[in-house]
Amino acid sequence: MTDSPEFHGFHTRSVHAGARPDPATGSRAFPIHQTTSYVFEDSEAAAAYFNLQEYGNTYSRIMNPTVAAFEERVANLEGAVGGVAFASGLAAQSAALFTLLEPGDHVVASSALYGGTVTQFKHYLRKLSVELDFVDPEDIDSWQSAVKDNTKLFFGETIGNPSGAILDIEALANVAHAADIPLMIDNTFATPYLCRPLEFGADIVVHSATKFMGGHGTSIGGVVVESGEFDWSNGRFPVIAEPSPAYHGLKFHETFGTFGYLMKLRSETLRDLGAAMSPFNAFLIAQGIETLPLRMRQHVANAEAIAAYLKSSSKVTAVHYAGLAEGRQQELAQKYLPKGTGAVFCFDLPGGRDAGITLIEHLNLFSHLANVGDAKSLVIHPATTTHRQLNDTELSAAGIGPGTIRVSIGIEDANDLIADLDYGLSKL
Amino acid sequence: MTSLAQWQKADVILNALKTKRIAVVGLSSNELRASHFVGYYLKRNGYEVIPVNPREDTIFGLPCYGSIADVPGDIDVVDVFRDPSAVPEIAEQAVAKQARYMWLQFGVISPKGVEIAEAGGVDCIVDRCIKIEHARYMGRMHWLGFNTEQISGKRKPA
Repeated sequence: MTDSPEFHGFHTRSVHAGARPDPATGSRAFPIHQTTSYVFEDSEAAAAYFNLQEYGNTYSRIMNPTVAAFEERVANLEGAVGGVAFASGLAAQSAALFTLLEPGDHVVASSALYGGTVTQFKHYLRKLSVELDFVDPEDIDSWQSAVKDNTKLFFGETIGNPSGAILDIEALANVAHAADIPLMIDNTFATPYLCRPLEFGADIVVHSATKFMGGHGTSIGGVVVESGEFDWSNGRFPVIAEPSPAYHGLKFHETFGTFGYLMKLRSETLRDLGAAMSPFNAFLIAQGIETLPLRMRQHVANAEAIAAYLKSSSKVTAVHYAGLAEGRQQELAQKYLPKGTGAVFCFDLPGGRDAGITLIEHLNLFSHLANVGDAKSLVIHPATTTHRQLNDTELSAAGIGPGTIRVSIGIEDANDLIADLDYGLSKL
Repeated sequence: MTSLAQWQKADVILNALKTKRIAVVGLSSNELRASHFVGYYLKRNGYEVIPVNPREDTIFGLPCYGSIADVPGDIDVVDVFRDPSAVPEIAEQAVAKQARYMWLQFGVISPKGVEIAEAGGVDCIVDRCIKIEHARYMGRMHWLGFNTEQISGKRKPA
């Protein structure tokens, strides 16, 4: 056994990680363990599981074997020590924050984030009495000068949504670590196929697995993975290092070492906030990951072709695709996303809100809806949907014009997608 | 630090895990200490655990020995939860006892101790947790979403 080769390829791991054939039945596809709870072998086993002395299943709000297969698969692909799944990407993110923050703490976040994250951070952190500063993600000095004695986290997105701006993860990790602070990255738009933030020094990665991971627009889900390398006992994180009143005085970092943060995330935060992923969603998303690298190649190739087409169109004033960027952003793209900058981006129409509506109403292949990362191409007009409450000045502050269109390019034939856009643009 | 990889090889770890008698040096009777978690786990998973701690009489109902030298009979693995400065002396005793492996837990990094052990024919595993490695290769670490790094299409026995 020990002299057999080891298998390290990304495609191989996408298909196999986390899901060996079921030892009980031989099932090759991993079983959907649709159960709320698990029969204990005996009373001592039950005690050992609840005391975290043995890895055991107790209740599906906290763990489930099908969900675990999904968690391990993502952890493996991201190069993490482990993962914890949640009912959605935002649930994953809130739990990741809740585990390491206490009232009076301070978070520094990129100002170019997904709108749902901005709302969560602005309002939810305020309710927890956590201070927040948004800083220009490209100005590394602004992150440095935002650090205060109570700062506990840096947060950014590998590829900003919807701006497309690429984050200098390594530079931020260096600033964060010099201040004994972890760096958390939302890697949803890149997926571990295009970028693995932990390899550049990030400590925690969160995903909306709803998007490219699941890949087929069927299931909402999220996941948190961690490198296991951050020193939670550095004096800045008593919430993780000191005896926990929520787990009979357990010191999570001292007791579980590299697994400390994730054990706390699961056995306290997931237990108490309760936003568990369903086994069926875990099955569908983990199955989606089996084809993640194949799909991402097609997503990226199509996105590049369509961005080039839109750039050449006289009906379009600007295309905000990181793959077309020049200067510093181009350097960052080459460093962090050499296989491509994803498949979600915006472009601007000169005719404002009316032009946006006209284009969308004349598209027949793109679906008009509020999601990204589906195998099917998607389109949305932020000014009349997701950002409808904002006036033109507020839109502009959010980097969105009245004629801005966001697309999520699917894996159809690029020529068909271009034909669809060409027809829609001809109606402007 | 990457040089530690030579004391973290999968085949050595697997062979160490396929043994029976494990002396846990620095085993605590405090249920919240990492050493107690590990000792309990090893005992539960069928190993003969020998507590070694001069400040305790019994742990898990088992007699506690003051040092490795005091332990009667053979020892397969000497598992160490002590300050690195204590390791060279433990290594000397492991050699005298003809233990097969000296396993240094997370953070117990002692180049001198490893040198003594290896010179005396005791294979070393350094900066790894015996509980985690057991759970990775033989146990249930995958049930809690941890990355076992095990890639295989083979069916394992139930």
